[in-house]
Amino acid sequence: MDRPALPPPAALRSSPLHWVRRNLFSTWYNSLLTLLILAAAWTLVPGLAAWLVGHAVWSGDAAACRAEGAGACWAFVAEKWRFSLFGTYPVEQHWRPTLAMLLVVGLLLGSADRRLWGRPLLLLWPVVLLLAGLLMQGGVLGLETVPTYLWGGLPLTLGLSVVGLGLAFPLGVLLALGRTSAMPVFRALCTVYIELVRGVPLISILFMASVMIPLFLPQDVTVDKLLRAQIGLVLFAAAYLAEVVRGGLQAIPKGQVEAASALGLSYWQRTRMIVLPQALALVIPPLVNTFIGFFKDTSLVVIIGLLDLLGAAKSALTDPAWRGFYREAYLFVAVIYFIFCYALSRYSRHLEAQLSKGRRR
Amino acid sequence: MTLRHWARRAGVCLFLLTTAGLSGTASAATTLDTVKGRGQLLCGVNTGLAGFSNPDSQGKWTGLDVDVCKAVAAAVLGDANKVRYVPLTAQQRLTALQSGEIDILSRNTTWTLTRDAQGLNFLPPVYYDGQGFMVNKALGVTSAKQLDGATICVQTGTTTELNLADWFRANNLKFKGVVIEQLDELLAAFFAGRCDAFTSDESQMAGVRASVAPKPDDYVILPERISKEPLAPVVRHGDDQWKDIATWTLYALLEAEERGITAANVDQQTKNTDPNVQRLLGVTGDMGKMLGLDNQWALRAIKAVGNYGEMFERNVGKGSPLKLERGLNAQWTNGGLMYAPPIR
Repeated sequence: MDRPALPPPAALRSSPLHWVRRNLFSTWYNSLLTLLILAAAWTLVPGLAAWLVGHAVWSGDAAACRAEGAGACWAFVAEKWRFSLFGTYPVEQHWRPTLAMLLVVGLLLGSADRRLWGRPLLLLWPVVLLLAGLLMQGGVLGLETVPTYLWGGLPLTLGLSVVGLGLAFPLGVLLALGRTSAMPVFRALCTVYIELVRGVPLISILFMASVMIPLFLPQDVTVDKLLRAQIGLVLFAAAYLAEVVRGGLQAIPKGQVEAASALGLSYWQRTRMIVLPQALALVIPPLVNTFIGFFKDTSLVVIIGLLDLLGAAKSALTDPAWRGFYREAYLFVAVIYFIFCYALSRYSRHLEAQLSKGRRR
Repeated sequence: MTLRHWARRAGVCLFLLTTAGLSGTASAATTLDTVKGRGQLLCGVNTGLAGFSNPDSQGKWTGLDVDVCKAVAAAVLGDANKVRYVPLTAQQRLTALQSGEIDILSRNTTWTLTRDAQGLNFLPPVYYDGQGFMVNKALGVTSAKQLDGATICVQTGTTTELNLADWFRANNLKFKGVVIEQLDELLAAFFAGRCDAFTSDESQMAGVRASVAPKPDDYVILPERISKEPLAPVVRHGDDQWKDIATWTLYALLEAEERGITAANVDQQTKNTDPNVQRLLGVTGDMGKMLGLDNQWALRAIKAVGNYGEMFERNVGKGSPLKLERGLNAQWTNGGLMYAPPIR
C-alpha cells in the first residue's frame, strides 16, 4: 500500500470527537446503525452483566445457585472444572496431563518464533509428543499406568488436534502434490481419495471407525478407540488440507518451476526449495482456517463416546446434584476454545505479514 | 499411549486382520474365561445419564447402571473395582456388544423383541420405566386424555416422539409438537412455558422436576403411561453361562432386598439360620459353583453395592437428588414388579 509522505495533521489524529464523527457517524445510515447498536447494548448489557457477575453465585452447592434471583452459577464450574478439563483421568494424577499439555503448548509457542525454525525444532516435535504421550500413559519411571480409555478433557482435545494436524499436514501436502502431479495414475488415486473423503461428513467417518471396523475384526481383537478416532481424523483433515495446499501450488507462476528446472534442480528439490515455500506462504489464511475448524471438529468424537473437552463438560452436567447449569458449562468450554482459536488466528496474521513482506511494495 | 505403541498396535491389528481373514478361525473362549483372564470386566455405560450412569466430580462413574457392572465384577472377579467403563452413545451400544468390545451392556436399554432377536440377550430389567406427561399444575389437567390440542415438548429422534404420535392417534386427539433435539434446550423451553406438557420417560421427568425445575411443586406427572420401557442390561447371544451369571447376580441383589440383607449386615447374615439366606450367601449348597463361580459370589456382590433397594435409593431414589418413587420397581411383595425366582 502506498503511504503518504507526511502524517495527517495532528488535530485530525488526536481529537476523540473527530474520531467518533469519522468512524461512527460518517453517514446517515452509519449514524442509524450506531444508534441502534447503542440501544441494543443499553438493553442487553446491564442484564448480562448482572447475570455474569452481579448476581452470580461463586461458591456453595446447587441449591444456592437455584435460589430466587441467582445469576450465573460459577460454583458449578468451581466444582466441575477438573472433570471438564481432564475427564475420567485419575484425580491424584492430574499433574501429568497438565505437564503434558504445558510441554505441547510450550513447544507450540516456541515453534511460533521463526528464528527457531529449522531441523532441530522439527526433530524436537516427535520427541516432545512422545514424551507427553508417555507422561499421560505412564508405566515408566514409576509412573502409574493410565490407559487411554481414561483420558479425556482438554488433553484429549489438544492431543487429537496436534497429533492429527501434525500427521494430516504432511499427508495433505503429499496428496496435493499428487493431485497436481504429471503422473496420471498417481493423480487419479489422489483425486479419488480427496473427493471421496471430502464427499462424506466427518461424523460418518468417525462412525465408520468406531462402529463398523470392530464388526470386521475378529471378536478378540479390538483396536484402541482413541487410535481409531485419531486415524479417522487424520484421514479426514488430510483431504481438506490437500485442497488448500493445491490452491497455493496453482498460484505459483509456471515460470518459477521452469526456471528451477532450467537450473537443473530435481523434482523434489524444486518442490522443497522453490514451490512449497511460496505456495504455503500464500495459503496461510485458509490453512489456519482449516486448522481452527479441525480443532473444533475434534469435539465430534463425543458421538463415539470419547469424553473430550466438550464431551466431559456435557457429562459433568448429568451429575444428579448439578443438573441444568448448561449455560455455565458451555461458556466455560467456549472460553477455552476461544483462547486457543483466537491465539491461532492472531498468530496467522502475524506470520502472514512477515512472510508476505517480499510481495508488499 | 505413545505413537510408537499405536503404530505397533495398528501393525499387529492389520496382521491379525489379514491372517484371520485367511484362516477364518474364531476363538471359542467363553466370556467368563475371557473376563477372568483379563482380570477386568468391560462394561458399556451411558456417556451421561443422571442417576443411572454419570461421572462424579472426581471422574468416578456412579449410578444404578454402573452398580450393575460393579456387582457383576464383584461376583465374577471378586473386586467391584475391576471394571473398565466404556462410555457409549445410543448408536454405538449394540455394535460394541456384538463386536466384543464390551462383555456386558448396562446402559438404560429398552428390552424389545427386535433387539432381543438381533443377536442379543436381555437380563432382568433393573428399572421399569414408561413414558408419561408432565404439566404445570396451574393448567388444571389431571389426565393425559385432557391434552387435546395441547402443545407438547418432545425430544426429537427418539422413540418418545413416535410413542407420542401413536398415542394421540389411537385416542383421536390432536397435539402440536415442539420438537427440540437437545434436552437442555427442550427443558428450558418447557419451564419457560412454551409448551403445555413435556413428555419423556417417567424417570427422566421426575429427575428433571426434582433438579432442574425452578419450583418442583408447580409440576405434576400425569398418571397415564403410554409406553413400557423395561430398562435391562444386555449380553451377547451364544454364551448361556455368561448370561446365567449376570442374570442371577441381579436376582441375588433382588433376593437380598427381599430377605433384608444389606451391604452393612451381609457378614452377620451368614449366621442366619434361614435356609434361603444360607443358600444365597453360600453357607450351604453349591449355588455359585453351578454358575461356574465360587459360592461367595452373591455375598461379594451384595457387599459391593448393597441390595437392589439400596442401589435404587442411593442412585435415583430418596437418597439422591432425583427422588424417584419405587413405583413399579418395588419388590413384588410391595406391589412392584421386582421378583427374583427362587435361588435353590
